[in-house]
Amino acid sequence: MDEKDQSAPPVELIDEQRTFTLAELCRCFAIEAELVEALVEQGILEPAGRRGYHWCFPASSLRRTRITLHLQRDLGVNLAGAALALELLERIEELDARLRVMKGGRLR
Amino acid sequence: MEYKDYYETMGVARDATQDEIKRAYRKLARKYHPDVSKEPDAEAHFKEVGEANEVLKDPEKRAAYDRLGKQWKAGEDFRPPPDWDAGFEFRGGGYTAGDAGVFSKFFEELFGGGSARPAGTADRRAFRVGGEHHHAKVLIDLEDSFSGATRSFSLRVPELSEDGHLTNRNRTLSVRIPKGIRPGQQIRLAGQGGPGLGGAEAGDLYLAVEFRDHPLYSVEGADIYLDLPVTPWEAALGASIEAPTPSGVVDIKIPANSTQGRKLRLEGRGLIGKQPGDMYVVLQVALPPADSDAAKTLYKQMEDQLGFNPRAAMGVS
Repeated sequence: MDEKDQSAPPVELIDEQRTFTLAELCRCFAIEAELVEALVEQGILEPAGRRGYHWCFPASSLRRTRITLHLQRDLGVNLAGAALALELLERIEELDARLRVMKGGRLR
Repeated sequence: MEYKDYYETMGVARDATQDEIKRAYRKLARKYHPDVSKEPDAEAHFKEVGEANEVLKDPEKRAAYDRLGKQWKAGEDFRPPPDWDAGFEFRGGGYTAGDAGVFSKFFEELFGGGSARPAGTADRRAFRVGGEHHHAKVLIDLEDSFSGATRSFSLRVPELSEDGHLTNRNRTLSVRIPKGIRPGQQIRLAGQGGPGLGGAEAGDLYLAVEFRDHPLYSVEGADIYLDLPVTPWEAALGASIEAPTPSGVVDIKIPANSTQGRKLRLEGRGLIGKQPGDMYVVLQVALPPADSDAAKTLYKQMEDQLGFNPRAAMGVS
């Protein structure tokens, strides 16, 4: 079944300034607040502000939560393992970006 | 419909034990996991492996699959024989994995019928439940971030049909790319995710944006890098030359005594936005070929007159 949406719906750019509340993050991934708390405890998410309703999650939380949930679901990784994987993934991305710059666009 | 050789996909023998299958699956799932893998076509491989595991990990489904016989080759045109599944009852419906909506026609034909409804959704209809948020990754060109173009993306979304079957729907969506978007940023399309139930609002669609490799530029954060070839005399004597940028050609001044790899910063010429990035032009000194007598004479003159030893610091000549 193919369906074409001709009109372009309005989009919101989630840049570094955009932050999310606990409720927004829960709704975004259909997860319980307890799981978000566990992600914070593992250091996977680092919200600013006081615990609970005052928590303010940076935009990068979306990506980190998504990857954690996928690793949990698909590979049976626990939260500590996901936290480690995320750190290593970010390190690899950093190195890849540096490598791309060193190799340069033209010389690739 | 194409026959799928699930044993081949998993890289195990037809008489592999359930433990061997489990181990093979875990290894391949790690290798091809789309969030982790750098393999080409990781996502497609991951789905194939997931589908193969869905069948082989379940002794009943595996037995039913085995009964199709081993004369089939992967990719061969296939119709299931009548009553091939007589005597089997697939517990808990065909699907148990999270991403079941992406399985092949082959799988759906054999195992997808009847109770394809994911656990827990059956009784939801009585409630008002907000639609799920969907997440996907899309690739755009560097230029799109400058012009704010509208791009079409084809997304596969699993969907419950009215009779409770999970099906794939190919959905083509036009998306206005916000100007100044950077790699890794997300955009949210309100109400474009899963439909809500019982009149509740639909979920949102989140698109994680990455840039395609560009023939000239590489991007790091908001900054753009360009390798710019220059002649030895431009680098040595200084020069005004032209350089391409994503927003058009600019004139740049090469300072005298520039060396290979020197980085020149063009402030504010990176990705646009509230805090625009910078552009870095990295000089690449290109040597003219010594392919004529005149060129050879010039190189010889340099050798005689410059007394240049680039290996002096190594203590060799």
